[in-house]
Amino acid sequence: MAKRLDIKDLNLFYGKFHAVENVSLAVPPKNVTAFIGPSGCGKSTVLRSLNRMHEVAPGARVEGKVLLDGEDIYASTVDPVEVRRTIGMVFQRPNPFPTMSIRDNVVAGLKLAGVKNKKELDEVAERSLRGANLWNEVKDRLDKPGGGLSGGQQQRLCIARAIAVQPDVLLMDEPCSALDPISTLAIEDLITELKKEYTIVIVTHNMQQAARVSDQTAFFNLLGVGQPGQLIEVDDTEKIFSNPGQKATEDYISGRFG
Amino acid sequence: MSTNLADPTRLATPPTFQSVSLSRRIKNGLATGLVWGAFLIAIIPLVWVLYTVLQRGFPVILDGDWWQKSMSGLLARQQGGGAYHAIYGTLVQGLVCAVISVPIGIMVAIYLVEYGGRSRLAKSTTFMVDILTGVPSIVAALFVYTVWITYFGLGRSALAVSLALVLLMVPVIVRTTEEMLKIVPDELREASYALGIPKWKTIVKIVIPTALSGILTGIMLALARVMGETAPVLVLAAYAPFINYNLFDGPMASLPLMMVNERNNPTQAGFERIWGAAITLVVLITLFNLLATVISRALAPKTK
Ligand SMILES: Nc1ncnc2c1ncn2[C@@H]1O[C@H](COP(=O)(O)OP(=O)(O)OP(=O)(O)O)[C@@H](O)[C@H]1O
Ligand SMILES: [Mg+2]
Repeated sequence: MAKRLDIKDLNLFYGKFHAVENVSLAVPPKNVTAFIGPSGCGKSTVLRSLNRMHEVAPGARVEGKVLLDGEDIYASTVDPVEVRRTIGMVFQRPNPFPTMSIRDNVVAGLKLAGVKNKKELDEVAERSLRGANLWNEVKDRLDKPGGGLSGGQQQRLCIARAIAVQPDVLLMDEPCSALDPISTLAIEDLITELKKEYTIVIVTHNMQQAARVSDQTAFFNLLGVGQPGQLIEVDDTEKIFSNPGQKATEDYISGRFG
Repeated sequence: MSTNLADPTRLATPPTFQSVSLSRRIKNGLATGLVWGAFLIAIIPLVWVLYTVLQRGFPVILDGDWWQKSMSGLLARQQGGGAYHAIYGTLVQGLVCAVISVPIGIMVAIYLVEYGGRSRLAKSTTFMVDILTGVPSIVAALFVYTVWITYFGLGRSALAVSLALVLLMVPVIVRTTEEMLKIVPDELREASYALGIPKWKTIVKIVIPTALSGILTGIMLALARVMGETAPVLVLAAYAPFINYNLFDGPMASLPLMMVNERNNPTQAGFERIWGAAITLVVLITLFNLLATVISRALAPKTK
């Protein structure tokens, strides 16, 4: 069940360092939103604040609101564990659990939440692996360790693991940055496929990738070293890449940056 | 001219590479000599100890009785008997110590790595653990003597020995567990949080299993170390030539204590028992180390 995200006046801090300033942005359901921008402008920081992973860093602080279908995930009554369960995340570097088999990696979220029914777990494992386009490659070695897969397979395993808990929103932080073009293409196809069921936010440094997979694009920028990052503009991907509203956006996507 | 070009062995310019200079060869020789010398100096006593223990003790432990009988009812000069009572004592004291130390040590390490951060409590705990690591075993033994026996008025017993060993074992376990937990990458913790798994479950189900082989190796090595400690058994338990199953009361033998006791026995039988007990201790400790290796191999995260 895909849900919408509304980010309102979000300010993010690491201790005293103001990392991101005044971000307001709407992420419609069943839609892919891409975050682009130069390194260090705060894309990962914003992304991690969307499922309350930001506060895991020591001293990290959040001001503002993030609404999931109208409900503030930062309200004092909300359990961050529940939020992360509802809003899943795939990281830049594949990080399968090294002590677990491929199958156990996929169902880790359910198993650790107390689901014991083996049949149910097997079904979820198969469905998620199929969903991540990995089933055919690993179906004969589900009991082998997840660390024995190739980088691209590991990343798809991590995607399978994230969708196994059936989140409403899927956040992806440069999911293809460590992958070859073929695995990248496989994951892009997968994102297009997943869009039918999930709301997706993806950070990417690859302009073509943003253009290929996303429906709307948000451009972040950094005015100077030590300054907070800002959201410069957000619009339909087509518009951003053909006729951006801001000069900075145009400079960045056409490579005339800095 | 043209012949010059055609002949590749004739060089027009002086060669780029020269042979190693004399001074470098001398330095190399000196350094090699020093390294080998140090190696020999280090290895000679080691081999010597091993040789002595093996040569004197090996025939003793070949006897089946050695592993099955105690010294009960034997006169000091009489041949025969065995070390069963002492082996039992050493193992039981070590295991009781481990049962107490392992949970404490692991939980302290979890607190330090996962929860403590840079808080004052964490810093002072680390400081205390450092101090405890440097406490000599005799001090730990005397401390337990003061508290357990003088203050609470309880008797000398195997349990008192185990408590002194706990003081020696806990800091070692805290240290090794801490190191092992620290090398578990934060990415794994984040991956787990991102699945909606609470922190404590992440620690129990993801972090500890990933670090388990190293933690167990540390425990085994710590255990092997405390089993050879002599001061606590000397101070806190009297020697018994028979088997005492009672942890809480009465004298109980252990291998170090048996050796000390037989030192007062000038006969051939005593001499044999000292070396028998010595090699038995070495064998036990070696077995624990081997066990540690096997367990850590079996539990280490695999990729194939
Ligand atoms: N854990 C942290 N503690 C302190 N500062 C941090 C932390 N993580 C990131 N920062 C800082 O916050 C700013 C934004 O970082 P962030 O990782 O969000 O950038 P990014 O846009 O994702 O960059 P990249 O494209 O290189 O991944 C940077 O100045 C960075 O140094
Ligand atoms: Mg980033």
